[in-house]
Amino acid sequence: MIASLIFVISFAALLQFFILHCRSILAYSRRVELSDRVREVTGIANQNVSAGDFDRLVQLVRLCPERGEDRKEIRVVGAYYSLLALLDRLTRSLIPSLAAWTELERQSCSHFAAVALDRRISYSRDLLTQQVADRL
Amino acid sequence: MLGSYLSNFLWLAGFLLEVYVVVYSLWKKTFVRNLPINFYMLCEAAVTLGLYFCVRRFGTGSGTYAYYYYYTDFLLTVLMFWVVIRFYQMVFGEMQISQHLRKAAVLLLLATAAFSYVAVRHQFKSNLSNHYVVELGQNLYFVGVVLTYVLWGTVLKLRETRTRLVQLILALGVYFSGTAGTFAIGNLFPHLYLPFFRFLLPVFGLWLPLAWAYTFTKVPEDARLATAALVARAR
Repeated sequence: MIASLIFVISFAALLQFFILHCRSILAYSRRVELSDRVREVTGIANQNVSAGDFDRLVQLVRLCPERGEDRKEIRVVGAYYSLLALLDRLTRSLIPSLAAWTELERQSCSHFAAVALDRRISYSRDLLTQQVADRL
Repeated sequence: MLGSYLSNFLWLAGFLLEVYVVVYSLWKKTFVRNLPINFYMLCEAAVTLGLYFCVRRFGTGSGTYAYYYYYTDFLLTVLMFWVVIRFYQMVFGEMQISQHLRKAAVLLLLATAAFSYVAVRHQFKSNLSNHYVVELGQNLYFVGVVLTYVLWGTVLKLRETRTRLVQLILALGVYFSGTAGTFAIGNLFPHLYLPFFRFLLPVFGLWLPLAWAYTFTKVPEDARLATAALVARAR
């Protein structure tokens, strides 16, 4: 009886703490405006990145040279995105308000991936400029 | 075979990350300021190393391994309470209630130990110490969940904005709740514990140094975050 109670409460707390932890990571990128360059590369014309863009953006991020610093962030946010996608599939028809929330959250994840892509593109350009300068 | 490789990987990664947290603090000259965290990480690394040698020498099925695992885990959880108290002190800042916090934590520890003893004595007449140590582990981690939850509530109430502190506390919440849940599953389904759930404990064990290493490395000390907005959107 006690073990069941502990399990249920711990599982609920785990979910909540994990979501909040991911949101604290996403909070940084939410304030960052996307550059015209990354909009051009990804074909994102309007202001907001859509929720379904995440996988495509992460694929683009992987094509760029790694900065090393953002690997863990991308993995954690990727896990969070998968969790949200699962939640969305399970609850879309049952709880529409929750589906709307997961959509917003997934959108934040996509925005995060776009910001990461923007940083990596800048990094690649810096590398290229440095190489050209070294050759000269 | 795969399970063995997975266990070794989780141990090694956990050990390296724990060492990284300590070395990074020494390099940044913040070791003393974050003494409870660094001391915990140091002890955790030493215990992981000991566990590795214990497995190599006695095997995972031996009694020595079981005793070593559960008793060192118990000591580490007690040590973790020191970290939680430190977080409380950081959140309450200038309120001068450190002494009361310490007293409350010691009382809570003793009450948990006594409750676990009574619960186990009521259920099991033989092999008391083995059951006691598992029950105590589960209950201590659960007390950790409750303490972290109350701490998180205080963070929201006092409008704490230090991103680093917020992330450290949330990572601790994931660790405590995940571990308490795994212990509870172990109690509920003992036959499923060894084939499946035993991997969850090292995963959560890896999570904590990973998340803390990330926070110390990536989040600047002066970074600020509106915690109320975090929760408002999460609802």
